[in-house]
Amino acid sequence: MITIPYLTALTTYFSYGLLFAFGQFRDFFRKIVDWWSHSSLQGYAPICLGLEDFYIRRLYLRIQDCFNRPISSPPDAWFDVVERISNDNNKTLKRTTRVNRCLNLGSYNYLGFAAADEYCTPRVIETLRKFSASTCSTRVDGGTTTLHAELEECVANFVEKPAAIVFGMGYVTNSAILPVLIGKGGLIISDSLNHNSIVNGARGSGATIRVFQHNTPSHLEKVLRDQIAEGQPRTHRPWKKIIVVVEGIYSMEGELCKLPEIVSICKKYKAYVYLDEAHSIGAVGKTGRGVCELLSVDTADVDVMMGTFTKSFGSCGGYIAGSKELIQYLKYTCPAHLYATSVSPPAAQQIISSIKVILGEDGSSRGAQKLARIRENSNFFRSELQKMGFEVLGDNDSPVMPIMLYNPAKIPAFSRECLKRNVAVVTVAFPATPLLLARARICISAAHSREDLIKALEVISTVGDMVGVKYFPAEPKKQQLEGDRFKLD
Amino acid sequence: MDTMLSAFETMVKSVSDWVTLACDTPFARAVVFGVPIRGHLLVEGLLLVVILFLLSQKSYKPPKRPLTKKEVDELCDEWVPEPLIPTISEEMKYEPPVLESAAGPHTVINGKEVVNFTSANYLGLLGNDKLQESCTKALEKYGVGSCGPRGFYGTIDVHLDCEARIAKFLGTSDSILYSYGLSTMFSTIPAFCKKGDIVVVDEGVHWGIQNGLHLSRSTIIYFKHNDMTSLQSILENVTHDNKRTKKIRRYIIVEAIYQNSGQVAPLDEIIRLKEKYRFRVILDESNSIGVLGGSGRGLTEHCKVPIEKVDIVTAAMGHALATEGGFCTGSARVIDHQRLSSSGYVFSASLPPYLASAAITAIDVLEDSPNLITKLKDNIATLRKGLSDVKGLEIVSHPESPIVFLRLKKSTGSIKGDLQVLEDIADHLLKEHDVFVATSKRAIVDKCKLPAGIRLYVSAAHTESDLGRACESLKKATARIFEGQ
Ligand SMILES: Cc1ncc(COP(=O)(O)O)c(C=O)c1O
Repeated sequence: MITIPYLTALTTYFSYGLLFAFGQFRDFFRKIVDWWSHSSLQGYAPICLGLEDFYIRRLYLRIQDCFNRPISSPPDAWFDVVERISNDNNKTLKRTTRVNRCLNLGSYNYLGFAAADEYCTPRVIETLRKFSASTCSTRVDGGTTTLHAELEECVANFVEKPAAIVFGMGYVTNSAILPVLIGKGGLIISDSLNHNSIVNGARGSGATIRVFQHNTPSHLEKVLRDQIAEGQPRTHRPWKKIIVVVEGIYSMEGELCKLPEIVSICKKYKAYVYLDEAHSIGAVGKTGRGVCELLSVDTADVDVMMGTFTKSFGSCGGYIAGSKELIQYLKYTCPAHLYATSVSPPAAQQIISSIKVILGEDGSSRGAQKLARIRENSNFFRSELQKMGFEVLGDNDSPVMPIMLYNPAKIPAFSRECLKRNVAVVTVAFPATPLLLARARICISAAHSREDLIKALEVISTVGDMVGVKYFPAEPKKQQLEGDRFKLD
Repeated sequence: MDTMLSAFETMVKSVSDWVTLACDTPFARAVVFGVPIRGHLLVEGLLLVVILFLLSQKSYKPPKRPLTKKEVDELCDEWVPEPLIPTISEEMKYEPPVLESAAGPHTVINGKEVVNFTSANYLGLLGNDKLQESCTKALEKYGVGSCGPRGFYGTIDVHLDCEARIAKFLGTSDSILYSYGLSTMFSTIPAFCKKGDIVVVDEGVHWGIQNGLHLSRSTIIYFKHNDMTSLQSILENVTHDNKRTKKIRRYIIVEAIYQNSGQVAPLDEIIRLKEKYRFRVILDESNSIGVLGGSGRGLTEHCKVPIEKVDIVTAAMGHALATEGGFCTGSARVIDHQRLSSSGYVFSASLPPYLASAAITAIDVLEDSPNLITKLKDNIATLRKGLSDVKGLEIVSHPESPIVFLRLKKSTGSIKGDLQVLEDIADHLLKEHDVFVATSKRAIVDKCKLPAGIRLYVSAAHTESDLGRACESLKKATARIFEGQ
């Protein structure tokens, strides 16, 4: 649970208030000018919504150099960040030819498969020669190659489910699967911080959606009981079915899902469990098999296992794993299987090869080393950050660690100062997080060496002092925080 | 007291409306409220007011007796959910043919070489040496995946180059890349069409558009498939009886070449109507980029309409460009808006760099060799000619459409029944004649009601003899199937 110090909340509100007031003030003048020059399109309503547009123009554009930074190398442990310049107060940014070699604390390159790899890359290029870059066809027509069949078997085997189906994009996996699993008369109970793809999938399904407090099994139980007792709205018919959707690691919080509790509650109330392992598959667990392995949950208890290949495997696409019948049904009905181009063959090969490395089937112990490395790295980095007095969210073993910033002015300051010192971090603000809870997010990779991490810690500590985000500097307070954490666990 | 109460209610409602608007997702609202903030004056103040209010009110409703714990327990015990999926029927066990080589104009299935008409590789760029080389270089330089969304270091220089290249090719001011063709439409539409907006859309659009419309929660009105009089009458109706329409955004959504029928939208007519009734046009050029127009610039070139007149153009790159992903192009404002508001762009990892680099090369190749387009047009004409008198089937696609769409002359009465006959034909073609064609299968969530058919994707890489063989085989196959009936 995040609790904002009193003063910080006040100053944060004040800052946003100030930005808002100034923005409105400038818009007022702009309106006068517009009215004067009649520049708006006659007869058409404006294409962008007022408030959203206001947010972009008056708040986002001021700090847009902190986002969308282009790179000109693979997103490995170190990468080349392209410098951009602006001649109009940050309204537009131009790429230059200058690059800065920076330490990468932003990419989801958990296992270090992002860059060329001695085992994967030659195989990927071989596959490109054999199968070309695309099939230009859907899976049900002419887009299923032997490689796709192999990939599905390989994934099913890796996540320990009887069968799997793969798609070319993780986002589409969620948003196209939920509508075929459930529809009107069904109920989706979703964690309040679930990823946008799940939100869209749930909306697209036409089922009723209820939300439970983030990662709080007791509240989930309450929602389940209330909903089963009450039935469908208005008609009070019993629900056709209930699907509970959770994520393995929450990418904005760095928290592990409380899967054992949630699974047992779902079992008790006969709800189906849909687990999105986008950030956890490959990244956690002794053999990289995700949160189920880490928290010792039997995969048979999770009805639908979803994950993406964009993170740990350094490829693209997503999968659904489940019972044989489930996959058969999905292959027959799922629009993403019927209408979307199949996974690009080289990307499919990258997934197969990286899974082989993880499982040690390449004949080396590199996979095991990578897994040990990411765990060590993450736990080292997290504990050092906490020692320094930062407010770090998330659980041990999770490679994602958000550092709370709160104040809007601290977002660009933190990001720019780190970049100046050749450390690239991600900052996240509204709308990806609640307005008050802006944060920087660190993603640790197995590709980072100990020296890299020590350098990063030095830089972050300096910048943290400069920007003033060490919210728990005093020793006793920190212990109190840890006490809090324990209670919550 | 009552007026005060209602005043208070409207206040609370407007505040909550604002919050909903600001976050624009039902979950985010819970997030905002879900953040327990210690010492949060505003919320506490509001709460205090609410509590005082409630205390001062005498409840006028009869007291509701909540269910006891035991009752809830019983209800929970009694509840029996449906199974997650229905029982698997025989037809659900369908397994598509598995390709043992690249999906080019010829491919290998079950150890036999077959002519492939299922790959939308219109220009034959699949396996093109230049594309292969650019992919290899990009794979060596960047690896496979980009490991992050565009906002968070997932923007690689080739993405920006690719966006610039597409914009330059089509003559627009900017463009934006999506990492999957299917997500392009269903992310772009909700970025612009919101609750209350009016969208007039062709009834034959593909599922990506349907899903986008569903997510947008706009008011959706379908017009008859590719029927301009139907479109006009709807536009007339919508704008006439509603004085408020001036204030709300209005869109027309059409596909350039319909995936579900192979027909081509008459863009010039649509633009005339759009300007008359002041609608914006969203055009999906997935199957027409690289195909229509003298230089492959799509439907706008084909109909000689300046591309600026179309407000938003989207396309998947998994067809003529022989790569994957999709793009949207238009004015700088349209594109910049999507960079923060389009969910499939913001919340998903970016396109693998080698696919972006393949797209750049594909456009280069397309510009350098206009003869590919002529060859494709010739091939389409040859195939159509050869298929003009197939027993029991008729061509319904546009003469220039690279999707040659064959429909049953006499429907069996249901889409399912039609599909079964068509699948028998396709099966027979593959097994006996080594010609690989696809039927237009439909997902259960797809609302499109157009008749099913057999789709032949023509490629510039098909040879004269491939086309001849397809025609001959199809004639033989239909003769066999329809004779058996
Ligand atoms: C939980 C979750 N699900 C799905 C996705 C989407 O995956 P992809 O990037 O492959 O589209 C993400 C990516 O950010 C995610 O965090």
